[in-house]
Amino acid sequence: METFRAFRSMVRDSLGHITHGSKVYHLWMFLLTVVMLIGMYAYYIQLEQGLSATGMTDRVSWGLYISNFTFLVGVAAAAVMLVMPTYVLHDIDFKQAVLIGEGLAVAALIMCLAFIVADLGGPAVAWHLIPFIGVFNFPNSMLAWDVIVLNGYLFINITIPLYILFRHYQGKEAKHNIYVPGAILSVLWAVAIHLVTAFLYQGLQARPFWNNALLGPRFLASAFAAGPALIILVLAAIRKFSEFKIPDKTIRKIAIIVTVAAQINLIMLVSELFKEFYAPTHHSESAIYLYFGLEGKNALMPWIWTAIPLNVLATVLLTVHKFRSNFKILYFACFILFVAIWIEKGFGLIVPGFIPGPYGKIAEYTPTWVEIWVTLGIWALGAFVFTMLAKTAIGIELGKLRYRKKETIQSETH
Amino acid sequence: MEANKKWYQLDLGLGNKKTSQTTCGCGKSSGGCGSTKEDSRQATQSISAAEFDAAVEQEIMGDTAVAQTQKDGFQQVFDVKMDRRTAFRKLTASLLVGAGAVHTSCSITTSGEAKEKAQIDWEEQFKGNYKLMTQEEKQATVDRLVRSYQLRKKKNIKMTATDASKDVLFGYAFNISKCQGYMNCVSACVEENNQDRNSEMQYIRIHEMKDGQGFKFNEADDNYYHEVPAEGHFYMGTQCFHCDNPPCVNVCPVEATWREEDGLVVIDYDWCIGCRYCMAACPYDGRRFNWSKPEVPEEEVNKNQHYLGNRLRKKGVMEKCTFCVQRSRSGRDPACVEACPTGARIFGNLLDPNSTIRWVLENKQVFRLKEDLGTEPKFWYFMD
Ligand code: SF4
Ligand code: SF4
Repeated sequence: METFRAFRSMVRDSLGHITHGSKVYHLWMFLLTVVMLIGMYAYYIQLEQGLSATGMTDRVSWGLYISNFTFLVGVAAAAVMLVMPTYVLHDIDFKQAVLIGEGLAVAALIMCLAFIVADLGGPAVAWHLIPFIGVFNFPNSMLAWDVIVLNGYLFINITIPLYILFRHYQGKEAKHNIYVPGAILSVLWAVAIHLVTAFLYQGLQARPFWNNALLGPRFLASAFAAGPALIILVLAAIRKFSEFKIPDKTIRKIAIIVTVAAQINLIMLVSELFKEFYAPTHHSESAIYLYFGLEGKNALMPWIWTAIPLNVLATVLLTVHKFRSNFKILYFACFILFVAIWIEKGFGLIVPGFIPGPYGKIAEYTPTWVEIWVTLGIWALGAFVFTMLAKTAIGIELGKLRYRKKETIQSETH
Repeated sequence: MEANKKWYQLDLGLGNKKTSQTTCGCGKSSGGCGSTKEDSRQATQSISAAEFDAAVEQEIMGDTAVAQTQKDGFQQVFDVKMDRRTAFRKLTASLLVGAGAVHTSCSITTSGEAKEKAQIDWEEQFKGNYKLMTQEEKQATVDRLVRSYQLRKKKNIKMTATDASKDVLFGYAFNISKCQGYMNCVSACVEENNQDRNSEMQYIRIHEMKDGQGFKFNEADDNYYHEVPAEGHFYMGTQCFHCDNPPCVNVCPVEATWREEDGLVVIDYDWCIGCRYCMAACPYDGRRFNWSKPEVPEEEVNKNQHYLGNRLRKKGVMEKCTFCVQRSRSGRDPACVEACPTGARIFGNLLDPNSTIRWVLENKQVFRLKEDLGTEPKFWYFMD
């Protein structure tokens, strides 16, 4: 009963907390709301017209939505890089970063699910996908696996921080033996969501561009570069806009993770390029299309040739110790790395899978405005969710939100 | 004989057949008993080349050369078990429809109809997966769909839910030397299967290739608008190959698409959530998606429908060639086979040793596309 009351009070306090804030905060939330509303309107158009409102066709049947989904699974999985050392190895530096990281994972997962729903032709019958209510093609379909692992991961990443914050809210310490098993589970689970998502593509013998054994590992490497890079940027913003103290040491440590992952990612990229271009076969056509265009069609070339130099530049900047310790350069490097991987693991991965088609037809894909706005709307939704989560978490961690406080005040006045 | 299979393989017992061909009537496995090889072939082979040509000829004339199931369309309509209530409902429904325009203006009937419509929509929205339905449930959903069409369009359609017959495995063969690229099959398919006219959806693609350059699909033109046959070109049709080990079925997260007992790979349009994973998984460009609401002019709607086949689709679902399940399961050839003026298309029961398709498989040099993928398509190409 007591716990229940405390929980209710926490929810109420958090709601109060997230509706109050500085001017910048309100402006930020307002902007996000506007983008979300436009996105919703665009989605409404898509519902009315059907998916023909997007740039997708029978020839290129997945586009921006699935690209962003793929990328965001990586971001979500990357939270684990912070969970591991903090909870299990008692590395104190990461403790604050971890709550932020898990908040980021939750936001990324919500975006993932939103992208999947946006991509469905029949969102009204999406309940067919719910285990036990619908029919679940388990274990055959990798998409069924993905639904399970993503929702499971979402559950884990909501419960662990919730438990910790709830304990802190009541002014108690979180019990080690309760959350550590959960943390270990989430570590394994994070690898699973990423591998399963890679297998989604890797398992298709119809698409040689995806059907390659390096896809899974490369997913992991790029995720562990892009995810923590985003966390660094977010931590930088939090340091600037709130009183939450994040020591330099924490950011430095995360930067090391980013660096190593970016280096491994680059090595794998070289290996992939070598395989495709040293002895090109029929199966290299997608890669040729991606990097050089085929039959005069080269819509993806500008993108990939932006991504590759950014990727290399970021990796170099991160590798050189002098640059990495300069926070301005570090933030810049993280930003371009994030963009580069978004391009590369987003539509640089999904779209060429369909080009050329099964019989060699080359039909290009260009997203429409409807699609772009829905995508922006979902990103805004993610940012919105994350801001709320982070603000509450910071409030509790700073001691601004406390269960006892109010009660003591009340009893004093009596 | 295939105990050490390393991957999935379609087994029609053709191999067995071949070995028995070399033995002669006396049972010895190699020569010496006096009977010629020709004779032994006659014994095991029930169709000769001449008969085959005659069969093809017959097909061109419009008759059906293969009869896998005994029932014809009419028998099926009348064989459908109707309990008294559905019969009553159907009767009243047709009366109402018959009375037509007068009744629609009458508020009592319309509100009653509106209620029924809502009831049908509700039940349709929350019905289960066709594959897992019992016979009664299957019939119930078919009845609902027929009734719904009556209510909406004031027209009657005939929809069946015929299941696969035993000892039938449908297969298809395509004669590359005969095809002239007329594309009669394409338009017959569109009409038969109620495909969206707006987006000009077509299940069949005819690829025009240059003579003497082999099968270069990437250089082929699958969207030509000139007179055929074009000088120096040959033609090859593709569609869903009804793989015996279909990758599209494995990947579907909700089992909205599956392989039926008679080898047809079908889709429950009402269960499909439109994720298009199957489309990505198909190596043969076999699937088509309804990107917007499919439209077929009322007078062009083919009213002879099958739940898994050519019934009208909605937006946001997957569809594809079903080997015209509404025809093939009632003993007729698919529309494309019937429409082909050259006799390039052969369809039939692979398990029937006397069928034309078996004769082709056993006597022609056949091949399939992308065999290395292990999908085991039931669609063979051959040349004269
Ligand atoms: S051709 Fe494609 S759609 Fe048809 S059964 Fe094979 S994989 Fe499935
Ligand atoms: S589009 Fe439909 S049939 Fe294809 S995989 Fe998705 S749910 Fe299954």
